[in-house]
Amino acid sequence: MELIQAIIASIIVAATPLAFAAIGEVVAEKSGVLNLGVEGMMIVGALAGFATTFETGSPALGVLVAAAAGTTAALAFGFLTQILLANQVATGLALTLFCLGLTALAGHAYSGQATPPLQPIPIPLLSEIPVLGPALFAHDALVYLAVALALAAGWFLRSTRAGLILRAIGENPDAAHAIGYPVVLARLMALAFGGALAGIGGAYLFLVQTPHWVENMTSGRGWIALAIVVFAGWRPERALLGAYLFGGVSVIQLHMQAFGIDIDAQYLSMAPYLATIVVLALISHDKTRQRMNAPAALGRPFFQSS
Amino acid sequence: MTPPRFEAANLTKRFPGVLANDAVSLHVEAGEIHALLGENGAGKSTMVKMIYGLMRPDGGEMRLDGQPYSPAKPAEARAMGVGMVFQHFSLFDALTVAENIALGISGMRPTRALSQKIIDVSNSYGLALDPDRHVQSLSAGERQRVEIVRCLLQNPRMLIMDEPTSVLTPQEAETLFETLRRLAADGCSILYISHKLDEIRALCSRATVLRHGRLVGAADPRQTSARELAEMMIGGAWNAAGAKAMTPGRARLEVQNLSLASEDPFGVALKEIGFTVHAGEILGIAGIAGNGQTELLDALSGERRTAPGCIRLNGAAIGDLGPTRRRRLGLCAVPEERLGHGAAPELSLGHNVLLSARTRQGLERRGFLSLTRARAFADDVAKRFDVRSSGVHAEARTLSGGNLQKFIVGREIAQNPDVLCVLQPTWGVDAAAAAAIHTAILTLAADGAAVLVISQDLGELLAISSRFSVIADGRVSEPRAVGDVTVEEIGLLMGGQAGPSEAIAV
Amino acid sequence: MIRLEPRPTASTAMIYIAPAAAILLSMAAGMGLFWALGEDPVRGIGMVFIEPLTDWFYISEISVKGTPLLLIAIGLSFGFRAGIWNIGAEGQFTVGALAGGATALALYDMEGLWVLPLMALASIAAGMAWAAIPAFLRTRLNTNEILVTLMLTYVATHILSILVHGPLKDPTGFNFPESRLFHDAATVPVLFEGARAHVGLLAAFLVVAVAWLTLRYHVFGFQMKVTGQAPRAARFAGFVQPRAVWACLLISGGLAGFAGMLEAAGPVGQLVPAIPVGYGFTAIIVAFLGRLQPLGILFASFVMALTYIGGEAAQIDMNLPNAITGVFQGMFLFLLLGIDVLTRYRVRRIPRRPAPSAALRGA
Repeated sequence: MELIQAIIASIIVAATPLAFAAIGEVVAEKSGVLNLGVEGMMIVGALAGFATTFETGSPALGVLVAAAAGTTAALAFGFLTQILLANQVATGLALTLFCLGLTALAGHAYSGQATPPLQPIPIPLLSEIPVLGPALFAHDALVYLAVALALAAGWFLRSTRAGLILRAIGENPDAAHAIGYPVVLARLMALAFGGALAGIGGAYLFLVQTPHWVENMTSGRGWIALAIVVFAGWRPERALLGAYLFGGVSVIQLHMQAFGIDIDAQYLSMAPYLATIVVLALISHDKTRQRMNAPAALGRPFFQSS
Repeated sequence: MTPPRFEAANLTKRFPGVLANDAVSLHVEAGEIHALLGENGAGKSTMVKMIYGLMRPDGGEMRLDGQPYSPAKPAEARAMGVGMVFQHFSLFDALTVAENIALGISGMRPTRALSQKIIDVSNSYGLALDPDRHVQSLSAGERQRVEIVRCLLQNPRMLIMDEPTSVLTPQEAETLFETLRRLAADGCSILYISHKLDEIRALCSRATVLRHGRLVGAADPRQTSARELAEMMIGGAWNAAGAKAMTPGRARLEVQNLSLASEDPFGVALKEIGFTVHAGEILGIAGIAGNGQTELLDALSGERRTAPGCIRLNGAAIGDLGPTRRRRLGLCAVPEERLGHGAAPELSLGHNVLLSARTRQGLERRGFLSLTRARAFADDVAKRFDVRSSGVHAEARTLSGGNLQKFIVGREIAQNPDVLCVLQPTWGVDAAAAAAIHTAILTLAADGAAVLVISQDLGELLAISSRFSVIADGRVSEPRAVGDVTVEEIGLLMGGQAGPSEAIAV
Repeated sequence: MIRLEPRPTASTAMIYIAPAAAILLSMAAGMGLFWALGEDPVRGIGMVFIEPLTDWFYISEISVKGTPLLLIAIGLSFGFRAGIWNIGAEGQFTVGALAGGATALALYDMEGLWVLPLMALASIAAGMAWAAIPAFLRTRLNTNEILVTLMLTYVATHILSILVHGPLKDPTGFNFPESRLFHDAATVPVLFEGARAHVGLLAAFLVVAVAWLTLRYHVFGFQMKVTGQAPRAARFAGFVQPRAVWACLLISGGLAGFAGMLEAAGPVGQLVPAIPVGYGFTAIIVAFLGRLQPLGILFASFVMALTYIGGEAAQIDMNLPNAITGVFQGMFLFLLLGIDVLTRYRVRRIPRRPAPSAALRGA
């Protein structure tokens, strides 16, 4: 029982950065922008957050700065793709490559340093439920925040007027512009939100998972978050579930040996990547479903002609 | 004296290299249905975009009920009581009717109260609508109703209708006219943009005519003949296409039992289509957009394949062949979209002939292209069909719609095909270019080719085809001699026997 | 107020000016970066961009870095043109190195001129096979190739690591995770005695020439151009999209695999876990910086290789982290994409709109 409790808790820890990044990307993509720079925004958030936490000793401040850094990177992407009309795929790649290089350079001074971890906040009463309590309700604030954000983002997209406008812009920006909605501004805001969440996701890595700055420490999580968005059919709540699923895959492999399954750890560490491919293949098979959920204008440039 | 509902004085709009509107004035009275008439490119759209706040005029002034009116954006226009129904609907396929309507009204959320209001308004004007349906499942006529109801919910003082009947059946158009007359009787002014003379003469009490961005004059369309209005619009003598070629020879294109699912989840499947086109004849297929025309052309051109026997060319089964092999055997096609389908926008004309003329014109040898021959062929097409461009090096996207269409149609005709299939040959093309294209198609048929023309423009089909049928919901009706059908019959066929447009409550 | 206006035709001058401007701006930004790091900006830039050109040793090293970039970028450029995004060339490079290296180890100590070509074939086949996975998934199951190619890169890295820790480990080594050194017949010959520049460079030049001819005169090159800008026009022309996906992924996979073999059997000389050093990703930048044109890519791979060598020099001389190269490379692409807007649009300064009341009075 202790083991299961530990496994569930560690799945949640592994899933939370993915959840932040994926929820943010769902909102950004709903506005019709495909930002492949999630990995870059995460790593920038991780370094900015780490440096802040290291210098001030305050994880909370670190989270804020991480969000700001992710936002900055997202807005750079937004400036290039929405205002200068650069190709979104190429720009997203450029953002990731640039951010990986920049953080490797700027983070050089911090390698090997450690920061204080984020303290867990057990929820009164709920955390006292046997097994499930400690597994689900004795986490740090960011775990709860991720859940809250998934619900809030889902509600925002479904039920608010601003969310409706955002979906409309992702569906048909020309028509939205014709009615008079500020397509570019709305997309920049959606991107900024996605960047902030990716940044927080990056910060989570050192705040909870490993308390060090390591070059390239996101190791593909940004890309997995992008896959989760497809998997989730562009719905924030499902993105949260998707993150838990992928988190589960990456955690279970660590515990395989505990279950008496003797496979080389090296083989198992490929599991999240292979799982992503398999899931993508299964999901994308259904073209009709894809068309119903994916924003129709995703990745297409929008030129405001008047 | 009360000021007119809307008044524009000396409105001017410049674009780089063009004066789109040159000091245009017009006024619309309360409760009047006023036509804004002009050829494509005459400046009608620019004018209404300024009125609706989508563009700022470079000069001139506007007044609404006597008050200065200069909307900076559509929301301001709407707030002051000016609504607009676009030609290409600005609707969102993946959203519901209510959500779409909420988007068009400031501060509105798609609540149950809104849905009730939609039902109320649509009932009182005979515009049946279900607020919870997704727009992608609506017919063109129903989509237009969404736009109209959206405007009506804001109690407009003036409603702008941009080419509203281009997507409607004659019956749907008649229902629309009824709605518009009722609205006008309630005091709402309507600015009605069109180039279709008969409907303007049936509906409007005054018309303002534009040509090349200038005001040509105003007229009472009920007192002016269609010919006079047409001459005001194009500023010269009116030339209809030539006589019909009618010497049917052997069967060149035979379609039998052609059924094909659409690639697009919201598209229309082809259902058991069968017809024959003979040498020397032009078969016209009419129909409202979105009834399987695109799918039919894809199946004929070879972009989509079927069982071999479904399509026969000069007796040979070709249903399973791709476009290149069909061309080699003598079947050429012209798709509807000029930029992006019939031509690649960023390639030169010299390269664009390589899309479809590689085999018939010997532009490719063992995979290698002869750019010299390609340029020569492109030059030849441009000369023969009077394509105005800066030369064969010009990118396709730099040509005007009419010139590019002449180039694409010319590229296929110049290959002397046995069968030519054309979708919307003159969509959005000026009158002179349309006449040139019609002449070229007639000549090709007269020379012994079989031509299939699929078009939404009834006038065009009645003018050039020898036989005629209608496509509705993926089915093609039995072809009939053009002389034997009335416009009313065609209209009923276009509506389909069980189509959604039948359920119109008037 | 400033606004963009589409140009009737893409500016020919800007097509060439934009990459040059991107490089110059990156150098300017780089000077700022050196200044921020507390180094002499002029000296820093000189070290990265000028100094490597003054010495034959460095020029040879530039060719060593440039060869894989050139090969991979040429392969990628076809797909990028057609909107087929293979961003996992790094993984195809890795399996190519692995297959070529495994072949060399299997034929250990065998002599003959056939050994190296066999390794080349093995590496090309492996790269193609790795790229065939996303090609199959995209054409059959409509799966996004961007994510699949990228995920497969991580998988390839793990496989390489597993194999050099296990079956391919040097039996006579000291349990280090590395293979034996390849024997002479399985080593890519150098061009000049004492330098590391190897004959792979000549192969890369050949690939550039073939790519140039294909793009200009062959129907395949035409197909790629049309597919990228107008997929429906491509289908109208009789080009089959799935075939284009297969062709683009196999070409880029094969060339990346071949580049991997050249790297393993060339400058490295054995299999080690650190064979993938990011050429596959840098080549993406090279392809764009070279405008997806073979000759442009030739130039771009030279510039990019220069930053590698210059970055290493800066690392040694100024004790700066190696990551400085990555920053420059990311900056190139970023700035290029930004400046690129000027090839398709022109910037127009328009006077501020007169206030509505003024407009009325003027009427």
